[in-house]
Amino acid sequence: MSDVTLRPGAATSAAVPAASRAVRLSVEQASYAYSAADKKSAPLFTLEATSLQARRRELVAIVGPNASGKSTLLRLISGALRPLSGRVHLDGFEVSALDARTRAQRIAVVQQESPLLFPIRVGEYVLQGRHPHGQTLRFESAKDLEIAEQSLAQVGVAHLGARWMHQISGGEKQKVVLARALAQQPLLLLLDEPTLHLDIGAQVELLQQLRRLAEDHGYTVVVVTHELNLAAEFADQVALLHRGKCLSCGMPAEVYDRKLLEKVFGASLEVETSPTGRPRVTAYARREDL
Amino acid sequence: MKPLTAKRLAWICGGLMLLLLVTVIFVLRIGAVPISIVDLVASLGRVAIGRSDQLPSEYSLIVFDIRLPRILLGILVGAALSVAGAGFQALLRNPLADPYVLGVSSGAALGAIISLIVSSRATLAMPLAAFAGALATIAGVYLLGRRGGQLDTPTLLLAGIICASFLSAVIMFLMTTLSGGETRGIAFWLMGDLTSTSTPINKWWMFGLLGIAIGAIYSTAADLNLLLSGEQEAMHLGVDVRRVKLIVYVSASLLTGLAVSVSGAIGYVGLIVPHVMRMIFGSDHRLLIPTTAIGGAIAIVIADTMARTIVFPTELPVGAMTAMAGAPVFIYLLRRRLQ
Repeated sequence: MSDVTLRPGAATSAAVPAASRAVRLSVEQASYAYSAADKKSAPLFTLEATSLQARRRELVAIVGPNASGKSTLLRLISGALRPLSGRVHLDGFEVSALDARTRAQRIAVVQQESPLLFPIRVGEYVLQGRHPHGQTLRFESAKDLEIAEQSLAQVGVAHLGARWMHQISGGEKQKVVLARALAQQPLLLLLDEPTLHLDIGAQVELLQQLRRLAEDHGYTVVVVTHELNLAAEFADQVALLHRGKCLSCGMPAEVYDRKLLEKVFGASLEVETSPTGRPRVTAYARREDL
Repeated sequence: MKPLTAKRLAWICGGLMLLLLVTVIFVLRIGAVPISIVDLVASLGRVAIGRSDQLPSEYSLIVFDIRLPRILLGILVGAALSVAGAGFQALLRNPLADPYVLGVSSGAALGAIISLIVSSRATLAMPLAAFAGALATIAGVYLLGRRGGQLDTPTLLLAGIICASFLSAVIMFLMTTLSGGETRGIAFWLMGDLTSTSTPINKWWMFGLLGIAIGAIYSTAADLNLLLSGEQEAMHLGVDVRRVKLIVYVSASLLTGLAVSVSGAIGYVGLIVPHVMRMIFGSDHRLLIPTTAIGGAIAIVIADTMARTIVFPTELPVGAMTAMAGAPVFIYLLRRRLQ
């Protein structure tokens, strides 16, 4: 799974080597439980101790059925939730202990839904990504503007800057939301089911873009997705979650074991190797079920 | 991409201030005793250079003792209620939020009436009691308006309406304990009224408080822009959500308490003015908060002038004017939102 393993406690020191192959994100035995409203009953959902590590330029996919704990793990990594036990470290810092502004300078999150209350232009929306880098009330500088324009260009929608957010297509919106995250100039880019409402062409385009961004700009990217094949094709590592447990974490070829996937998803599956050498999962109906 | 610059902000606010000044001068002329605009500007000029002793005495009485204090009161109330409305709308992520619709004004009125019953004179205690009433009400409405941990538009509005009617019932009950003349005065005042003689406008500390509260909300303007997309989203963009919520709830309640303690519950200003400003200048709170403050001042000054001239020689409460204009706008916005 990884050739660099941190000893427990080693990551608490800020002096983690900055070499490009050093571990950037380290989730060590992190767990979480959503408590029931009355606090006395059993927790509504528990994510058991989970570990994973990711380096600069790496793309990690978190996969699993519905309610397996994918989004909870992502929220732990984002620092929105504080782990009940274990640690989540980014470049040696505990993410949930960072103040909101510092965290937003290092971690950008693209959520499933970004509802807008009042109309806003694409350019203004992307400029919001510069918020953690500015003073409370200052106006955007020429540099902020440049970064926002670059971010739009990086995802290939530089022409949309003057348009209204509610007038662009779903695929374009997804790119603009990603551009806002890039404008934060983060170390870590987290995406919660970014392919949800996209057609297959747009899905491939998005993953390719993330891959390229990771390689060209050194981001560490973590994606929660339902798309097993896209994850296999584009991710360096896959974490497979099931009922709040991380069953397997590693290279796609290691994780995509037919028996394991069949057990997790409760379906008949075939795992082959694609022309690119990555595993490919196909679901089929058993004759006896028809 | 054209982001907001300090220069653009200054130009727009300067323009609106000029519009407010023109409105004030125009409105100062209107009334039972007509005054020519030349005389008016001349006498305002004399006051501005500190030679008010050279003014003819009837001018002094009509313009500076009767009309101007009422206009200043209108400016205070309009700015306070409009900014409170804009703050509540951003925080509750609900374009229909307004101190009156949410019942916050009723809470403030109850606080003010309780302080009147206790001390029977309008003092500093009255705005403070109104502030406490406003703060308690918004806390209650916020808690009642949540469903499954999320703020839900119909639930929130219902919570506001229920709170307002409950508080009105309590106010009615308290009013029956007061004597006849007082009761009538309070009933008129509750409709939203700028004629109250018990609160002379030479209390400059009220403008001081207004400035502090609006300034506090303005200090969170950039954060409010991000809060429009939800608390999670804002947090991921570096907003200290709890701090911003605390500042805005307390300041908006203070503004509502301040306005209600001098003029009663004037409705819908906090709803309409931010909407109009958003339509004209966009939804960036760094621009929206100051334009809403000035726009609210203009709106109330105009509404009050209409209220005191439309059925001359009697007067309507200004709250009746704003409700007549505001209720249809509210229904339009609600229908559009629920579609």
